Amino acid sequence: MRTLRTLLIGTLLRAKHLSRSPFEVALALVIPLVQATLAVYLFRAGDEPHRLLEAAVGAGLMGVWASVLTGSGGAIQHQRFEGTLEIIMLTPRHPVLVVLPLTAATAVTGCYALVATLLWGRIVYGIPIDLAHPLAFGAATLACIAGLGMFGLLLASTFVLMRNANALANPLDYPIWLLSGMLVPISVLPAWTAPIAAVLPTTWGARALREATVGGPVWPSIGICLALGTVCLVLGAVLLKSFERRARAAATLALA
Amino acid sequence: MESDYAIEAEGLRRTYRTRTGWLRPRRETVEAVRGVDLTVRRGELFGLLGPNGAGKTTTIKMLNTLLIPTAGTARIRGFDVVEQTREVRRRIGYVFGGDRGLYDRLSALDNLRYFAELYGVPPRDQKRRIAELLELVGLTGRERERVEGYSRGMRQRLHIARGLLHAPEVLFLDEPSIGVDPVAARELRRTVAGLAANGATVVLTTHYMAEADELCDRIAVISGGEIQALGTPAELRSRADGRRVVEVEAYGVPDTAISALRGLPGVRETSVEDRGALQLLTVQSDAHVDVQGDVLRELAGIRLGRVDSREPTLEDAYVAIVGAA
Repeated sequence: MRTLRTLLIGTLLRAKHLSRSPFEVALALVIPLVQATLAVYLFRAGDEPHRLLEAAVGAGLMGVWASVLTGSGGAIQHQRFEGTLEIIMLTPRHPVLVVLPLTAATAVTGCYALVATLLWGRIVYGIPIDLAHPLAFGAATLACIAGLGMFGLLLASTFVLMRNANALANPLDYPIWLLSGMLVPISVLPAWTAPIAAVLPTTWGARALREATVGGPVWPSIGICLALGTVCLVLGAVLLKSFERRARAAATLALA
Repeated sequence: MESDYAIEAEGLRRTYRTRTGWLRPRRETVEAVRGVDLTVRRGELFGLLGPNGAGKTTTIKMLNTLLIPTAGTARIRGFDVVEQTREVRRRIGYVFGGDRGLYDRLSALDNLRYFAELYGVPPRDQKRRIAELLELVGLTGRERERVEGYSRGMRQRLHIARGLLHAPEVLFLDEPSIGVDPVAARELRRTVAGLAANGATVVLTTHYMAEADELCDRIAVISGGEIQALGTPAELRSRADGRRVVEVEAYGVPDTAISALRGLPGVRETSVEDRGALQLLTVQSDAHVDVQGDVLRELAGIRLGRVDSREPTLEDAYVAIVGAA
């Protein structure tokens, strides 16, 4: 109960902190519009206008992923710069309780990107928000937030160790949304990418959202997304503990 | 097993290794702390003084678990700082000076709520504890404002409140008064003195001798990564016994003149402090040698301000100790 409370308060306060950043707010306003436009023109050019909503959902999920990735890397790096990384790592709680709210908050604020992309698509391009399973869509969105937040924790564990976390975070943006089939169907990618895609929570989150949008078995995909997210959480917890000790040995918790 | 000592350190060493470049990496090794031994009693207010780069912050970060020592051991209330980090972290608070270390876009209240959770303050006690601390540091009524609008003094007080949330037995204050105006610094000193009076053990690093002199029960002077002197302020001051100090305000003193002052018979230490256009020359000499005339002769032709001869202070003792290191 105590742990849940810490995670919840941590996530809410971190989300509050993020939502007050003019930089984050400006990005949040512009990026979903760009993504909605990208989805519309990609699929109009591909002669598949009936898949516009599906594409918009995929584009929105790209926004959630970008938020988690740059948010996790950026949050750790920003905290290192601001001197708060040392302070939070110095608290007597398990590092997971300290870092998970950071990544969960980025998934929560990233969820806005999904909603905003759909809204921009509706307002600017007239894409109807006609979901096959509205309830399951809500559940899939929550599963995506949880799954991506836990995946973010796994990534964040390495960011604690590395002083130049952004250098690792930025190049991961495109491969993950490409491999997860957020915009382009996995079936058109080379066969060797399939095993990688299968172990990414993002793949199953994207699939669940797509199935909720156009119809299909949503709940198994949600289950797999959450299961893979939990594996990331456990792995991230182990790595975080180990990397925290290594960071203390290598003196990388602070900038200097 | 809890110890009677708040802090025990033996042979504490820390080496930093840096690597720059990828194709032809250049590796450098810096020995920041080279064997520090110290014990601090419970309830003691202990000062750690030293010039920039002396190893003060590194020593504190090894004691508070943020850095793993390269060699040596340290215990806080009997708990090892490397192996029993959680036990140590429950018992310590860490406050550093400057603008960093807080969430600027959150209010003071939100900052304290967040850290109260992370420090494991029981939910039923949080409201009361936060209110007490806001009162203690004089931020009651301003707690709902965002920290980004706070002055440096207010931030520093909020830092202290954050560091005290879980009522730590040992509090590390790393240059808490840096950049704080004199009135705020006095308030800060009063707060720190109050903490020690209530039984907390406080380790304070500072550049301000008057602060250390006023507050600390004992002081360790650290330079070059080693403790050069350790004792009460009075004991350290006595290091400069038998000396006399001449202070000269001057404008545009060349290095050659300073070298010449160092070579004068009876001169033990010479230091120069830049204060804008003005330079303050401090010349320590043996008390039985009157060097004032010789000093002024060496400075002939240079525009001078106030010239003063006085008894040595703790700062002079500090300069003598660091200069001899």
